Amino acid sequence: MEAASPLIELQDIRKSFGPVDVLKGVNMKVFPGKVSALVGDNGAGKSTLIKGLSGAQPYDTGSVLFDGQPITLASPHDASSHGIEVVYQDLALCENLDIVQNMFLGREEIHQRMLNQPEMEKRATATLQSLSVRTMKSVRQKVSSLSGGQRQTVAIARSVLQAAKVVILDEPTAALGVAQTEQVLALVRRLANSGVGVVIISHNLADVFEVADYINVLYLGAMVAELDAKQTNYNEVVAYITGIKGDTAAAEEVDEEEVVS
Amino acid sequence: MTTVPEKSSNPSVNTAAETIGPGAGTPPPPHTIATGHEGSVRDQFDSYMQRVRGGEMGMLPALAGLVVLTLLFWIATPFFLTKTNIANLLTQTAALMMLAIALTFVIVIAEIDLSAGVTGGLGMAVFILLTNIAHWNWILALIVSFIIGAAIGTFIGFFVARIGVPSFVITLALFLGLQGVNLVLLGNAGAYRIEEPTVTAIMNKSMPVWAGWAMLAIIIVISLATSLYDRGRRVASGMPVRPMSLLLAKVAAWVVGGGLVILLLSLNRSTSVIPIRGVPIVVPIALLILWVGTTMLDRTRFGLHIYAVGGNPEAARRAGINVVRVRMACFILCSSLAVVSGLFTASQVGTVESSAGRDIVLNGVAAAVVGGVSLFGGRGRLVQAAIGALLISMITNGLGLLGLSAGITLAITGGVLALAATVDALSRRRSGATALTRG
Repeated sequence: MEAASPLIELQDIRKSFGPVDVLKGVNMKVFPGKVSALVGDNGAGKSTLIKGLSGAQPYDTGSVLFDGQPITLASPHDASSHGIEVVYQDLALCENLDIVQNMFLGREEIHQRMLNQPEMEKRATATLQSLSVRTMKSVRQKVSSLSGGQRQTVAIARSVLQAAKVVILDEPTAALGVAQTEQVLALVRRLANSGVGVVIISHNLADVFEVADYINVLYLGAMVAELDAKQTNYNEVVAYITGIKGDTAAAEEVDEEEVVS
Repeated sequence: MTTVPEKSSNPSVNTAAETIGPGAGTPPPPHTIATGHEGSVRDQFDSYMQRVRGGEMGMLPALAGLVVLTLLFWIATPFFLTKTNIANLLTQTAALMMLAIALTFVIVIAEIDLSAGVTGGLGMAVFILLTNIAHWNWILALIVSFIIGAAIGTFIGFFVARIGVPSFVITLALFLGLQGVNLVLLGNAGAYRIEEPTVTAIMNKSMPVWAGWAMLAIIIVISLATSLYDRGRRVASGMPVRPMSLLLAKVAAWVVGGGLVILLLSLNRSTSVIPIRGVPIVVPIALLILWVGTTMLDRTRFGLHIYAVGGNPEAARRAGINVVRVRMACFILCSSLAVVSGLFTASQVGTVESSAGRDIVLNGVAAAVVGGVSLFGGRGRLVQAAIGALLISMITNGLGLLGLSAGITLAITGGVLALAATVDALSRRRSGATALTRG
């Protein structure tokens, strides 16, 4: 199915909060230059899976392979040192700062103890251009003056600027209108085309089918389907999400065990 | 005059880029997205006006207020714009200005320090006890005062940033508590006289006339040098630069504006036989603090992180900024500068009493807000606080000259503050609203 070897491979990931098993042995692959969608109903474990990848909330057991090598993701710093960047749904931008300042926040370039403004402006401009962003007037615009789609673009460009190898997007189109959604999805596509492995979490299956190469479906903490987007269809994915289709026995079996014990 | 050839020879890079832009397959032009430095003087002015309409008014309202008030008071009483009164206004403003600058550091991170005034008072109480009773060297005593200020800032910062007590409450507690400490230290009796002439000279003596001109020359050289340095670095990086005429206009404004003030202050403003002339000693001290503080806020990583914490602490935290440390540092800066403000007050009146600094703090907050420092955090510059302080002092001074009662002065000051806070809130709404209307 895939030509390249996976950039990230999750093997038998498990995570529980007290008595609740949220992830029950999840396997997933992220390929360079491809968009992997992660879908599933509320409570399926999408957020938990992502928080583990970002290092914010480490997994209990299971292994994470990066380029075939096992790595540990114990903190957000671990994740970013491997080039894994997460763009959260609330974007985490400072509205009072401009685009350049936001893109470099926490990793500013310094020249003789002062901020290296020309260099940061130059790199920010170059990064936005590499993503073919044309909707912004100036890189010195304050983020408060940007539209939702533009803000999403800034957040994504920030991860690109950090030379991310894997970018995880949490519901990037949730708050956007039609035109802006198109812009952001096109940007996601370009991001993948530049060789980055993209993981996109979305409730909107239309978006998923438009942009994703692979569709991974979580159901009650188990990965019930890893589909090639071209060889599946809307109804099949919905069937997996709702548990009508697929080998959901594993997930439900564990639930029964819980009840017994 | 110089702008005319620039306009024709320097077409907007923005439009140039748009025309080359869509060429498919060719590498993108160097600057499809502008940096705000492109274009002629006219383009720069247009984009500035656009930002103002978008709610980024900066110090424009305060400056406008300054001009309007100056004209109003000048019409009402010609004495307002005399050299004596201008010198008076400068010294009357100094302590308030320093307190407003101090408070800006905490207001910009969306906190407040109600104890800043009495912190300055406590610093001076310790200072006067060390110099008058213990007969310490005044410089050593002053250093101890600053250490106490920094310690109070650390204390507040600890409670706010680490424990999570709202700054309003903890500093209100300190506002009351430190008044008590001041009372215990100095007693109810009355005022201690400052014996050290150097300290009283800060507010009551002036520099020699030549020193005033030298100060202006240094300011102009620094302003020109930093502007040219920045410009040179942009050119070296291949980034667009603003027209040279704008830079020169800025320096020219310094030369003309600063020159006028220094000239005025160099004339004899005494009403008695002993001449008084020259720039008050407090002016270079205040300007130095303003310059160092502004440089730190605008040009260093730490300053940027202060604004980031003020704008969105969660985003700052996720970006790896140590939010607790930034907040602590802001409170320490505020309390330390509050001691400078206390020093100015003490120098002006020549005495220290237990109630020192009790009444000034709310005026300090008002000055910062009137100047355009946003109480919502994340927006505001030190120079805005300074202008706000000038505005508040001007109201007091001007209405005083008109012979109006203190009651009316207070009422008008309150009205101006309410107006400024409304402008702040509206401009915030506006910058949010424009984001929604834009595609």
